[in-house]
Amino acid sequence: MTIAARRSSARYRWQRRARGFGLFVLLLLVLVYTLFPYYWAIVSSLRSGSALFSTSLVPSFDLTHYMALLQDPVFTGSIVNSLIVAGSTTLISLAVAVAAAYALGRLTFGGKKLMLMAILVVSIFPQIAVMSGMFELVRWFGLYNRIGSLILAYLIFTVPFTVWVLTSFMREFPRELEEAAIMDGCSHWRILTRVLLPLMGPALASTGLLAFILAWNEFLFALTFILSDENRTVPVAIGLISGNSRYEYPFGPVMAASIVVTLPLLALVLFFQRRIVSGLTAGAIKG
Amino acid sequence: MTPKPASGSLQRKEVFAAWIFLAPALIALLLVAFWPLARTFYFSFTNATLDDPSIYDFIGWLNFTEIARDAQWWRAVGNTVLFTIVSVVLETLLGLGIALLLNQALPGRGALRAAILIPWSIPVVVSAKIWEWMLHDQFGIINNLLIGLGLVEHGIAWTATPSLVLGVVIFIDVWITTPFMVLLILAGLQTIPEEIHEAALVDGVPSWKRFWSITLPMLRPAIGVAVLFRALDAMRMFDLSYILAGNNERTMTISIYARNQLISFQETGLGSAASTWVFFVIALVAVLIIGALRLDRSTTAGR
Repeated sequence: MTIAARRSSARYRWQRRARGFGLFVLLLLVLVYTLFPYYWAIVSSLRSGSALFSTSLVPSFDLTHYMALLQDPVFTGSIVNSLIVAGSTTLISLAVAVAAAYALGRLTFGGKKLMLMAILVVSIFPQIAVMSGMFELVRWFGLYNRIGSLILAYLIFTVPFTVWVLTSFMREFPRELEEAAIMDGCSHWRILTRVLLPLMGPALASTGLLAFILAWNEFLFALTFILSDENRTVPVAIGLISGNSRYEYPFGPVMAASIVVTLPLLALVLFFQRRIVSGLTAGAIKG
Repeated sequence: MTPKPASGSLQRKEVFAAWIFLAPALIALLLVAFWPLARTFYFSFTNATLDDPSIYDFIGWLNFTEIARDAQWWRAVGNTVLFTIVSVVLETLLGLGIALLLNQALPGRGALRAAILIPWSIPVVVSAKIWEWMLHDQFGIINNLLIGLGLVEHGIAWTATPSLVLGVVIFIDVWITTPFMVLLILAGLQTIPEEIHEAALVDGVPSWKRFWSITLPMLRPAIGVAVLFRALDAMRMFDLSYILAGNNERTMTISIYARNQLISFQETGLGSAASTWVFFVIALVAVLIIGALRLDRSTTAGR
């Protein structure tokens, strides 16, 4: 090897190392940007009294705020309400969407494209645009100030979303799967429940989790259709926590409440990470 | 080739089954989406009020003209447009940058991919409260950092200073929604075949040029779809502004304006007219962006 070549390869190696280091620093910056706020919320939730104003980055383990939250019936009640609302909304939309996705993904019929478009169009409806009609509907059903109103109203965004994602999953199965079943004269119901559904576990789990998160996080309907504290869901309950005066906003308890209602969900999201990403992008990229 | 069922009765059966399977979803959407939307349109021509919406008169276009004359409505429109444009542009640029970074073979990128889901999956209320605390004028860590670095002398009242508050709303929105952009753009990046880059590399094409004439054009569909979703979401934004600043005129969006009329002032007719405006503004934006995407697709396909 000539000296010049050796030099240039040394330079090349140095350049590569510098580039790698630069990228690593960028990666760290992005990590700090995305993670630090949540970390800081955890740290703050574990401090009470004047310790809350400390700027030390090292957490302490003062559980005062958490103990107080667990003894607050309004807060624990709001968690139960949110679980019921998000859980029921998710189950109903999954059931409805699996059937619709079977029709849209596996069967041939006239008007299929139109139906897909109609379902997709609903997902651009602004919530405020259906508000007065929904208010009337909720009253007709006698659901005003009951969590049932939210289970009903949330279908407007969970149904289009779950139908869309499950249809794109449904299309991926090879045609041969149900051919044998059709030859045997199986009904469509049997094909869906016995042949396809057993294969859809992961798809249902990730789609269901996404729908659950959408319903769990919703704010506008929850603020409008629920009047009394004991029927509130979590986001509104946190939004309405207030101090004794405007200048004494209780950031410690609010941070603790925020951690309590997000940590279990985050654990699930991180566990299902890969599937969530594919579920989120499946609808968008192919659409 | 799969043999098509020859008999017409089997086909008819399939069509019948399809509509049966579709029925529950269609009924649900008719009930909770199309019917309420139609009622909103209907109420917007009446003087109905919230406490008894069954008694009302038709008043024609009066609600619409009243809103068009309301300075507060136009301020809300201005806020919403400014918010949408600035935050979507920032999210797209930041999302593109982070997606390109995550597309590199780097140690720890898996961890970052997981971490980036956090801002996206926590409720907006929680994100708003966390940032409100970090931006607190006296005890917020951001102000402490700025004072420590000697950049400012006194803490800045980020959320209480009228000229800053819309900026803060945009900043927090960018934090919340960049992950979504990153994931969509990353998915787009992974559809670009490796060979194109390798061929350009062998030909000695510099990296910025490879980005500009290979990566970016091939990413256009993915970015377009992401921008469409985000722009529609930003146009109807309610929660972030409402939680951070309530009815502050500096951050009031068209959704907040419409809800005020509808719920706070109990004016079902007027509020419905405002909601109808919101619907058509968003429909217009959707049609424009989708049209641009279609045009883009047909010109690139025709090359």
